[in-house]
Parts: sequence; C-alpha cells; structure tokens
Amino acid sequence: MGLKMRLWILIVAVIILSFISLFIGAINIKPSDLLNWESLETQIFLISRLPRLLAIILAGAGMGIAGLIMQSLSRNKFVSPTTAGTLDAAKLGIIISMIFFTSMSYIGQIVFSFAFALIGTFIFMQLLERIKFKDAVFVPLIGIMYGNIVGAISTFLAYEADILQNVDTFFQGSFTLVVSGRYELLYVAVPAIIIAYIYANKFTVAGMGEDFAKNVGLSYRTVLNIGLIIVAVISTTVILTVGVIPFLGLIVPNLVSLYLGDNLRKTIPHTIFMGAAFLLICDIISRLIVHPYEIPVNTTVAVIGSAIFLIMLFRGKAYAKK
Amino acid sequence: MIEIKGLSKSFGKKTVVEDVTLKIQAKAITSFIGPNGAGKSTLLSMVSRLLDADTGEVLLDQSDVKKMKSDSFAKRVAILKQTNHLNIRLSVRDLVSFGRYPYSKGRLNEEDHKFVDQALEYMNLTDMQDKFLDELSGGQKQRAFISMVIAQDTDYILLDEPLNNLDMKHSVQIMKILRKLVDELGKTVVIVLHDINFASVYSDRIVALKNGRLVKDGPTHEIINSTALREVYDMDIPVQVQDGCRICVYFNSHN
Repeated sequence: MGLKMRLWILIVAVIILSFISLFIGAINIKPSDLLNWESLETQIFLISRLPRLLAIILAGAGMGIAGLIMQSLSRNKFVSPTTAGTLDAAKLGIIISMIFFTSMSYIGQIVFSFAFALIGTFIFMQLLERIKFKDAVFVPLIGIMYGNIVGAISTFLAYEADILQNVDTFFQGSFTLVVSGRYELLYVAVPAIIIAYIYANKFTVAGMGEDFAKNVGLSYRTVLNIGLIIVAVISTTVILTVGVIPFLGLIVPNLVSLYLGDNLRKTIPHTIFMGAAFLLICDIISRLIVHPYEIPVNTTVAVIGSAIFLIMLFRGKAYAKK
Repeated sequence: MIEIKGLSKSFGKKTVVEDVTLKIQAKAITSFIGPNGAGKSTLLSMVSRLLDADTGEVLLDQSDVKKMKSDSFAKRVAILKQTNHLNIRLSVRDLVSFGRYPYSKGRLNEEDHKFVDQALEYMNLTDMQDKFLDELSGGQKQRAFISMVIAQDTDYILLDEPLNNLDMKHSVQIMKILRKLVDELGKTVVIVLHDINFASVYSDRIVALKNGRLVKDGPTHEIINSTALREVYDMDIPVQVQDGCRICVYFNSHN
C-alpha cells in the first residue's frame, strides 16, 4: 500500500469516526435536527458534541506528537509523556497551585503546570544523558519510577491538604466534562503541532545524536529545548482540559514508525491522524459500552493501548531493541 | 590545511590529550594510531569541534575553527563517529539527504538532490536508497553514512574507527572507498584506526599517540618499522614487506 494512500485512509477514518462521535450520546440527535437552529438538539450539538469532538481530535493528535518528539529526542521508542514523568510533573504543578496559591487565576495555574511539566521532563532528559543505559527497556522503567516519585509527592501534598478526591477526579482522563467554554485551552496544541512540523527535520537530525547534529551544523541544545517546550505545552493543555491519557503517546508514534520509519517530516502527518483516530475509537467505545452512561476514556485507552503495546513488544522484538 | 597547535584536554584529573601539535596534510589519508586510551578519538573530536579543547587551537586554513559559524564549518569538515549504535529507521536516501543540511536546512533544492543522487551513485547505493538503515548489513550501513558525508561535500572527512564491527571484506571495501575519495575527489581524510595494518597499507601519513602525547608523525613508511612502533606500542613488532605493503606481524610478539 502506498504511503500517500495510508495517509488518506487515516484521514477518511478520522472523518467517519468524527461523524459517528457527533451523533452518539444520551440524547439522540439526527443530522436533520441541526437544520433547526433553535432546537434543543442543535444546542446540545454546539455546546457539547462539537467541543467534545474537537477536544478528542486535538488531544489525540497532540499526545501523539508529544510522544513522537520525545521518542525522537531521547532516541528511545519507549519514552512518552506518561513514561518520562512529564504528566506527573504537570500534575504536581497543578496540585501545588491548588493548595498554596488558592487565589491563583486559571492562567496562573496553566503557567505553573507548564513550568513543572517542562522542568520535570528536562530533569528526566538530564538523567538519561548522565546514565548511559545499554538496554532500551530500562529507560522507560526509570521514567516510570521517576514519575511515581513525583506522583508520590503530589499524593502526599493532596492528602495533607485533604483534596485527594478532587485531584483524582480532576486528572481522570475523560471527555465527559468537555463542553463549550471548558476545553478551549486545547487550541494551544494547534500552534504547538505546527511548530513541531516546521522543526521536523531538526528533530530528526537531533534524534541521531548530538555528534551527528553538530556535524551538520545544527544547534543541538536549542532544538532539544524547543522540543521539550512543545511537549510540555501539549501535555499541560491536555492534562488541564481532559486529564491523563495514557499509552497514546507511546503506541501511536511506534505504529507509524513501523511502516514509515523515523523521518519526522514524513511521520508527523500520520501521527496526527492516527492519534486522533485512536482516541476517537476509544471515546466511542467508552460511550457505547454502558449506553446511555459512559466510562472514562482513559480506562478504554489503557485497555486497548496496553494490548497493542504488548503485541508490539512480542511481535517486534528485533525492531524494539535499540 | 588543518593545523593543530598545543591542543590539550583533561577529563577531571585525567589528562587525555596533552600539548599535541601537528599539521594534517591536505589531499591525503592520515591515520591516528596508538594503544587504547592514547587520546586518538578525543583529538579527532576536538579537531571536528565536537569537544572543546582546554588549551590550544585548531586552525583550518589559518582560521580558528572555534570562531567559525557552525554551518560554514559543516560545509568544510565532516565528522563520522561510530554509528553502529544508531538504530533510527531512516531510509538511505533520507540519511544521505541530511548531508545537505548545512546548505539547505532540510529544504532540498534541485542542486541538493543532484548531490544526493551523485553521492548514492558513488557509493553504489542507488538500488537500495529506499531501504531503511536497520535493514542493511553493517558494511552497507557504513557505506550509507559515508555517502551522507560525500553529499555534505566537505574538503575534510574525519572518521572515528570506521572499521569497527566490520568483517574483513567490508573493512577492505571501506578503506578502498576512502582511498578513492582522496585520489579521485581530492578529499583530505583523517581516520582513527585500531588495525595497524590497515593504517600501513592505506594511509599516506601516520600520527602515533601514546598517553595523550604525540609520539610519531610522518609518512607511513617512516612509522611502520620496528623501532618506531616499539616506541608507540612497547612491543617488538616485526615488519614484513609483502607485495609492496608493509605488514606488521605482531601476533606472536614478546613484550
């Protein structure tokens, strides 16, 4: 199958899935209902369904790109925002701002959580540089441990401040609460993804190592920092609006890499649409499985994601080894 | 011409390269040889700006390399470090295209594509340009990287142990290619080599290092003899001439 063809299939899949996503839910909306601008159905469509769809697409594409950049820059296929402490650090930032700066505005919270995500990921990358691992599987293990340490601090603080339950609901990845007015922060992911595409070649070169990058005259540190900023921006916006979406940033870039390789200029478009399609499927399942109720999307993502991840591990041993 | 003047480098308390001064002759192959830990790779890394020297300077046609802009330096000097750890899934053509990065910043124009085509052709890789690097054998992979360096179109090509992990056939193939780069394209090639016989047979000049210091620097025939080699390796190394090649027969030597 041609690569252009594959991209078109992904795009068509996203369109079809979007259509399905728009017309399922507790209240039955038919496309014909939308002709009446004043109807309740149209209101629900505009306030809830459409924002939800946009949020899913942006979060799916964004997490895919964040994972892709991290894997490229760390030169490790198992690194993603969930396996490098990025999301845990963002979470810690939010909790600290919740507890210690109660008067802080929403914007303040965003900036605080972004700064933590950035610093948290940066520390992990520094850690990677200092400890030269021979085995690629150790890297995410260290990342998960590191994330858990950061997470433990968050839990301790939340427990002390008696906001543990709030925190749990807040971070549970779910699109249930996404309505117009509560998701717009996700639009920040759009420029982040565009910048990622502009820098695609530089990320690929940087992904071949500092020496390689320097040889062709690329300023490695700058590119690394820009990559980390993009990752932190996307992770923060997703966690603040939707919550934690595990696995997506790990498996989607890997699936794309399997058939398309690691040249980001080529893989970014595929990653965007595959990430969106993957999250749309998971969300549709979440909404249908106990219809008219729904389960949190991160549960579905975790079940499907871990299954795909295991298959990838077993089938692609030769490929996964670095 | 590259001139190295009083170059030193320490890591912590350990001095790895100490006050090395030498000139690298243009349009020739110069091999850096010496025992493990002699500082060969560190010296090469400093010449190619991958490492900053503690003291001393490297002059490229009379100008200090440290003061050169990174992309104009990348158009004149290419460095290939050991690449066997790289497992990136990139097509051969994409890799070679990155050799044009200093010129095009990733947006290749017609001229860049022409350079890429020529570089692939020169290394006999045109047929496998769409293959991923991880589908290639060690020798093919090394050829792909050298092809990238050719596309980079630099006068100077520096290679750090290019024969590492290659079998005999591919080692010979790579050395012949390097020879061609000098003889046909007029490049200046500097290599770090472990195999002293490859250095002897293929290089024009040899630079011998030991404990970070320059021990010998001269035309190959002046270095590949038992007296000089004893100074470098602390070993009795008999040298035999076979078909005009000076071969070191050190396998049975007494220390």
